[in-house]
Amino acid sequence: MPNPRKPERETITICAYCGVGCGFKAETIGNEIIRMTPWKEGKANHGHSCVKGRFAYDYWCHPDRIKTPMIRGSIEEPWRKVSWDEAFDHAAKELRRIQSKYGRSSVGGVSSSRCTNEEIFLTQKFVRAVLGNNNIDNCARICHSPTQFGLSATVGTGAASQHFDSILQADVIMVVGANPTEGHPVFGSMMKRRIRQGAKLIVIDPRRTETVDSPHCRADVHLALRPGTNVAILNSIAHVIVRENRHDSEFIKSRCEWQEFEHWAELVGSEEYSPDKIGPIAGVDPEDIRRAARIYSTGPQSTIYYGLGVTEHSQGSTGVMCLGNLGLACGMYGREGVGVNPLRGQGNVQGGSCLGSWPHVFSGYRFVTDDATRESFEAEWGVELDSEPGLRLPNMFDAALTGHFKGMYIMGEDPVQSDPNQNHIIAALRNMECVIIHDLFLNETSKFAHVFLPGSSSLEKDGTFTSAERRIGRVRKVVEPLAGYQDWEVTVKLMNAMGYDVEYAHAGEVLDELARLTPAYEGASFELVDRVGSAQWPVNTTAPEGTEVLHTEQFPRANGLGTFMLTGFVPTRERVNEQYPLLLTTGRILSQYNVGTQTRRTANSQWHPEDVLEMSLGDMQARGLRVGDSVTITSRFGSTRLKVVESVRVNPGVIYTTFHHAESKANAVTSDLSDWATNCPEYKVTAVEVAKVRSPKPRHAESSVKHAAHREREAKEIWT
Amino acid sequence: MWNEVRGLRDDVDYGTPPSNGEPVTLTVDGVEVTVPEGSSVMLAATKADRAVPKLCATDMLEAFGSCRVCLVEIEGQRGYPASCTTLVAPGMIVRTQSDRLAKLRKGVMELYLSDFPESEIPDGWSEFHRTLEEIGINGHRYGNGRNHFDLPVDDSNPYFLFDPAKCIVCSRCVRACAEVQGTFALTIQGRAFESKVAASQDEPFMESECVSCGACVQACPSHALVEKSLFPGGYERAEPT
Amino acid sequence: MANSINVFVPRETSAVSLGANEIGDRILSLAVNNKTDITLIRNGSWGMCWLEPLIEVEVNGERIAYGPICIEDVADLFKADFLKGGDHKLKLGKVSDIPYLKNQDRWTFKRCGLIDPVSIHDYCSNGGFDGFTVATKMSTAKIIEEIKKSGLRGRGGAGFPTGIKWQTVANASGDQKYIACNADEGDSGTFSDRMLMEGDPFCLIEGMMIAGLAVGANRGYIYLRSEYPLTREIFSEALNSAKDAGWLGKNIQGTGFEFEIDLHIGAGSYVCGEETAMLESLEGKAGIIRYRPPLPAIEGLFGKPTVVNNVITLASVPDILIKGGDNYATFGIDRSRGTLAFQLAGNIKRGGLVEKAFGITLRELIEDFGGGTATGRDIRAVQIGGPLGAYFPENLLDTPLDYEAFAELEGIIGHGGVVVFDDSVDMAAQARFAMEFCAIESCGKCTPCRIGSVRGIEVIDRIVANKNRDENLKLLEELCDTMVDGSLCAMGGMTPFPVRSAIKHFPEDFIHPPGAKN
Repeated sequence: MPNPRKPERETITICAYCGVGCGFKAETIGNEIIRMTPWKEGKANHGHSCVKGRFAYDYWCHPDRIKTPMIRGSIEEPWRKVSWDEAFDHAAKELRRIQSKYGRSSVGGVSSSRCTNEEIFLTQKFVRAVLGNNNIDNCARICHSPTQFGLSATVGTGAASQHFDSILQADVIMVVGANPTEGHPVFGSMMKRRIRQGAKLIVIDPRRTETVDSPHCRADVHLALRPGTNVAILNSIAHVIVRENRHDSEFIKSRCEWQEFEHWAELVGSEEYSPDKIGPIAGVDPEDIRRAARIYSTGPQSTIYYGLGVTEHSQGSTGVMCLGNLGLACGMYGREGVGVNPLRGQGNVQGGSCLGSWPHVFSGYRFVTDDATRESFEAEWGVELDSEPGLRLPNMFDAALTGHFKGMYIMGEDPVQSDPNQNHIIAALRNMECVIIHDLFLNETSKFAHVFLPGSSSLEKDGTFTSAERRIGRVRKVVEPLAGYQDWEVTVKLMNAMGYDVEYAHAGEVLDELARLTPAYEGASFELVDRVGSAQWPVNTTAPEGTEVLHTEQFPRANGLGTFMLTGFVPTRERVNEQYPLLLTTGRILSQYNVGTQTRRTANSQWHPEDVLEMSLGDMQARGLRVGDSVTITSRFGSTRLKVVESVRVNPGVIYTTFHHAESKANAVTSDLSDWATNCPEYKVTAVEVAKVRSPKPRHAESSVKHAAHREREAKEIWT
Repeated sequence: MWNEVRGLRDDVDYGTPPSNGEPVTLTVDGVEVTVPEGSSVMLAATKADRAVPKLCATDMLEAFGSCRVCLVEIEGQRGYPASCTTLVAPGMIVRTQSDRLAKLRKGVMELYLSDFPESEIPDGWSEFHRTLEEIGINGHRYGNGRNHFDLPVDDSNPYFLFDPAKCIVCSRCVRACAEVQGTFALTIQGRAFESKVAASQDEPFMESECVSCGACVQACPSHALVEKSLFPGGYERAEPT
Repeated sequence: MANSINVFVPRETSAVSLGANEIGDRILSLAVNNKTDITLIRNGSWGMCWLEPLIEVEVNGERIAYGPICIEDVADLFKADFLKGGDHKLKLGKVSDIPYLKNQDRWTFKRCGLIDPVSIHDYCSNGGFDGFTVATKMSTAKIIEEIKKSGLRGRGGAGFPTGIKWQTVANASGDQKYIACNADEGDSGTFSDRMLMEGDPFCLIEGMMIAGLAVGANRGYIYLRSEYPLTREIFSEALNSAKDAGWLGKNIQGTGFEFEIDLHIGAGSYVCGEETAMLESLEGKAGIIRYRPPLPAIEGLFGKPTVVNNVITLASVPDILIKGGDNYATFGIDRSRGTLAFQLAGNIKRGGLVEKAFGITLRELIEDFGGGTATGRDIRAVQIGGPLGAYFPENLLDTPLDYEAFAELEGIIGHGGVVVFDDSVDMAAQARFAMEFCAIESCGKCTPCRIGSVRGIEVIDRIVANKNRDENLKLLEELCDTMVDGSLCAMGGMTPFPVRSAIKHFPEDFIHPPGAKN
C-alpha cells in the first residue's frame, strides 16, 4: 500500500482562471505538478480555492497541446510543422508584405486576458512600435469595456474601488448581473461568510441563482427583472432614493458636482421611473424595488458588485454609470465596506484593461492622440508612433469583410467561439491573408489561421497578473514551457524577426519598462511583489505598497469630484415579437471556464459535459417539450441546437444557457447589437424561439444587411 | 477588523482564527506573550513558540473542541481545559507540558490508533502522523476491536477520494465546507461510534451538493480526504493486519 | 339534584400501563348500568407505584383509596359498594394516612394525585399561581434573592445553585432571553419529572413564568423526551387550558407580563439531557455537545442568555415564593437544602416517588420506605443518580443523601434515581453495561467517549474472560483516567464512575465472575 507521494518543490503562483486571482502553491516532483494547494497568504483567497484552480490544471500537459510551430499557405491546406525561426520569419515576411500591399493599417493584434501583464504590454508594443499602428484590442471589449467607460465617467477610474476583503465590512451587499457563487467562487464564499454574519443581500438578476438562495444565505430582495431592463430598474431604485430623500447630501456636496446631481435627480425622480411604472415593464413587484432602494441607501456600509449581466447589453455603459451614480448618491465611496466593483472574469483582464490593449489609449488609459503621452512612449521605444486611434476588434472584422484588413496576431483568444455573431467573424477571417494564432491548442479560430505559434500556460512562465481587485501578483514558472518558450519570449522574438531590436533578460525587465510608462504601476516590480506578496495599483511614491481602497480623498477626475451621468432608459432594439417570443440570456457555470479551452480538457467536464438550455415548465409545455429533448434555438441572426432541461430558476419568457462548449454555438444565436459606447456585445438579451428538432439541419443565418433592415422595421413596434 | 483571514500565515497553523481585539498578556510555560482579546490559548501558545499538539483545530476554522489532544493546565482552573476553546485572559498562567498531560494525550492518541489501519502508520506524512510523532506513540493495546476499516472508499469525484478507514471524525471537512466554502454539503451522519462523514444525504461526493472546491481535502489532517494525483498508480486500500 | 360521586382513576403512564384507562371505562359503564351518578376524575399518580392502579372515591370529603386494582376487580368493587367506601380486600383507607405518603416532605409534589392535572380551577383552588402573583409584586432582584436564600440547587443532577444561575442570566445583556426546561429525564430508574408533568403540569408552567419574571425572559421551551407520549398529551392539554384562562400569552392577568411556552419533543437521545446538546436539538440540529465556556446563561438558545433548569427545580420555585426561601432552607442539611423527589426503582418491594428533605440515609429510603428488595434477597448494590452514578455496596447504605457527602465517596445524587440490586447481580456485567450505555448514547463528538466507550466494553470482556487480565485491568484504569479527564462532557466524563465503583467495591466479580468456569 503506497503512501501519498510528497512534493519536492513548492512554487507560489496565481491561478490561471478567474479574476479573483487566488494564490496557489504548485507542488511538483521534477517537471510534474502533483497538486495545487491554495496559499494561505494569498490576499484574495486566504487559503481557499475552487475546483478549477485547485484541480483542473492538467490541461497544461494534455495531448492536444501543440508543441511545435506550424504554418500553411492557405486554410485549405494541412498544417506543416516548422522550426521556431522559420515560423517567425514567415510571419514577419507575411505581415510586411500585407502592409506594403494594403497599407500600414491593414494588420493588427488582439491580446489575451489570460496572459500576463508583461505579455499584454508587449503585444500592444508589438502593434504600436513594430506594426506602426494602433489596431490593438483586447477581449475585455466583450465583457467589461463598459466598466472602463462608465466608471471613468462617474468616478474617474474604471476599476474596482475596493479590495475583496472589504466585503467583510459591508452591511448591505448588492449584486447586479453577476453570480459570484459560480463565476468568482472564492469571492462568493467570502460574500456568504459576511451574509451569515448578518449583512443584507440584494440581488438583481433574471435568474434565481445560487447567489440568491443557498444554505444559510438568502437574498433579502431578489429583483428577477426581464433581460434588457437594467437601466430602468436602477433608475427606479434611484427614483425612490431621491424622492424619499435618502441620498447623502453632505457627501454629494463635498465630494461631487452638485449641479450634475440635480440634473440626474430630476431625471430619475420623474414619474417615468417610479416603481409603479417600471415594475410592470421589468416584471418585478414595485414594492421590491422600494425595499431594495431603502436597504441600499440605509447601509450604513453598502457595496455593489456587478458583472457581465450589466455590461453585456446595448446600454451596458449606461448600466455601469447607473451604479456609479447610486454609489455617489448614497455616499458609498472612499472607505471600507462600500464602493462599486466590477467582477472581472479573467485572471488578467484588469491588466489587459490597464496596459493599453486598446486602439485609442496607451497603458494607463492615456489617449494616443495626446502628444505628451505619445512622446514619452516614443522616447522609451525609439520609434515614431501613430497618433490616430486604431480599429476595435469588431471593426477589424468589418474591415476584413470590406477588404481593408488582412493580417492579425491573435494571442490567447478564440473569437469564433467567444465573440458574438459567429458567422460574421468566420466570413471576415476567410478574407484575411495572414492570421497568426498564438495559443495552447488548436481552436475554432485556428481553423482559419495561417501561422500557429504554440503558447505557454501560466504554469510555464514568469510574469504578473492584475486581478479584479487591482491586485498585481506574481505568476511564477512552475514547469518548463512545453514548446520551449514563454509567451512573452515569443512576442519578443516576433518583434525581432520584424526588425525591431529589443531584448529582455527576464520578464521582470518588461515589468520595469511597463512601470516606467504607466503611472498606476509606477512602483511595481518583481522585487516589490516578492517582498510584500502582492500590491494593488496605484503603486507609486504616495502608495509604495499599493492602494487598497480608492477615492478616499479625491476622485481622479479633473476637478477631483465625482459626477452624475444622465442615464435615460433606452430599450434594446432586440425585442421579442410573435416570431421570437422568448428572451435568451447566458452565463457561466462553476466547473467550466469561459469557452472551456482549458477546463474541457480536464476532468471538470464530468460536471458539465455539455451546455444545456434552461426553460421554465410553462414555456416547455407550451411547445410540447420534455426534459432532454433536442431543441433548435433560433434568433434573427442564426440558430443552434441544445438539449433542454426544466428549471425553476428562470421566469416564464426567459431562457438561459452557458457558452462553455464549442458545439453549443451559443454565439451563433446572439445578436450583433452592442453597447453604444464601447461595442461590448449584447450577449445577455437575444430574442429567440425554441422548437423541438424536426429536421436534421439547422437553419442558415441570413446576412447582416438584411438583418439591419429587419430591425429598423421592428424598432417601430412598441416595447412589450 | 478581519484578522481571521488576513492574520493567516503559510508557515504556521495557529490552531484557531486570529482575532481583532485589544492586546492581552498572559504566560505560557513561563514565556510572556501578548495576543488580541478573543484569541484562544492555543493561538497564544503557538505565538509563544510553545505550540500544543492538536488534531481537530486549524486556524482557518472556528474552534471545535472534539479531539481532546490539545488539553493544557491553567492555574486556578480545574481539570484539563482544551486550549483551542479556551479564550485568553489577562494574567493567565498556562502550562502546556506535564506528566499528567503527556499521559492524557497518549491515552487519547492510543484510542485514535485503535481505529486506524496499522499499515498506514509507517512513513505517513499527514498532520495526524506528525502529531503521533510529537506525542510519541505509534501503537495501541486495544487489540482487534470494532473498527471502520471495511467502509468503502468513495472515489466518485475525479480529483479526490474519501477513505473512511482513515477518518478520525475530527469534523474539519464538515466545518470547512460550512465556514470556508459556504456550501454545507457535508455532515456527520449517525452518532457515537457510527459517526461518519457523509456528503448530502449520504451520497457519493460526485452526486451530492459538493462543488469540488477542495476545502475539505485541504482541511483533512489524516489523508482520509486526499488528492488522487498523489497516487500515480491508483489508490490502494490498506489491509488491516 | 343528587350529588355526583367523585371517583379518581389516575391518568399517569405507570398506572395506564397497568390498565387504568380500561378500569376507568369499566367503572363508568358499570355506574351507568347501576344508574349511579359518578364523576370520573383522571388525577395524577400519588407515586406509590406498587399500589397502582390506585383508585379513590371521595366519601364525605375524604379520599378513600383502593389498590392495586385490576379490571376483574371492578365488578367486585361495585358489589362491595366502594362508592360509599365499602370494605374490600384491596381497600387502603384514607390516602393521606398511608405511611409511605404521610412520611414524605411533599413540597414540590403536594398536589400530585390530589387534583385533576388539567383543571385550572383545581390548581387555583390549591394555591396555584399564588407564587406567580407574589413574584409579580417583587423586583427581579428580590425574586432572585429568595431563590438564593432557599439554597435550591439544580435537581437535574449537576446541583448548581439555581439563584446564581438566574442571577447570571438576569445580568446578561441581550434583547431576548429564554427559559429552557430540561424534561429529557433519561436516567434509568427516574420518573419524577414525568410524574410532575402528568400530575401537576401547571406547577411547572408557573415555575417557568416566575423564572421569566426574574431574568427578563418572555419565552419558554420545554424539551420533553419522545419516550413520554402520554406526558406530551397531558401537558399539551394543560398548556391550552392555561392559554385559554389567560395564564399564558400577552399581559397575563393584567400584570403586563408576557410569556409563551413551546413544548418540543426529543428524538431518543440520552445525551440530549445534557444542556448544550439539548439546546442544539431545540434549535433543530443534531444533539451534539457544545463546548463551554461560553455558558448557556450567557450564550444559550439561539445564542441568547438562557436559563436551563430541570423540571423539579422549576416546580420547586412557586412555593419558595409563597412560603419564602428561608422556609425552604429549613429542610435539608449542610449545603443540600430543601427536598429531593427520590425515585425508588429496580429490585425493590415498594417502588415509587419519595420526596424527602436531604439528610435521610439510603437505608431509610430503601428499607423503611422501599421495604427492601422485591425478591426478598439481600441488597448487594445500589446505583444512585442514573447510569453515570456510582454503585454503593451494602456497607455504605448509611450515607446521608447529601450532594457533598456522596461526592466524597465518589458517588453522585444526580436526579435522585435509586436503583436497587440484590445479591444475584453480576457487577462486572454492570460495569460492562456502563460502557455499553455510553457507547450507544454517545453524541460521537469527542474521542475519549466515542472510541473509549467501545474499547471499554472490549477490555472488560477480556478481563472477565481472563485474557491478560492484569494488563487489561491496568488498561481499563488508564482508559477511565482518559475518559474522566479528557471527555468533552459528563457522558464520557462520568461513565468511569460506575465502572470504578464496581471494581473498587466488587472486585471479586471481575476475578471470579459469577457463572465463569474458573
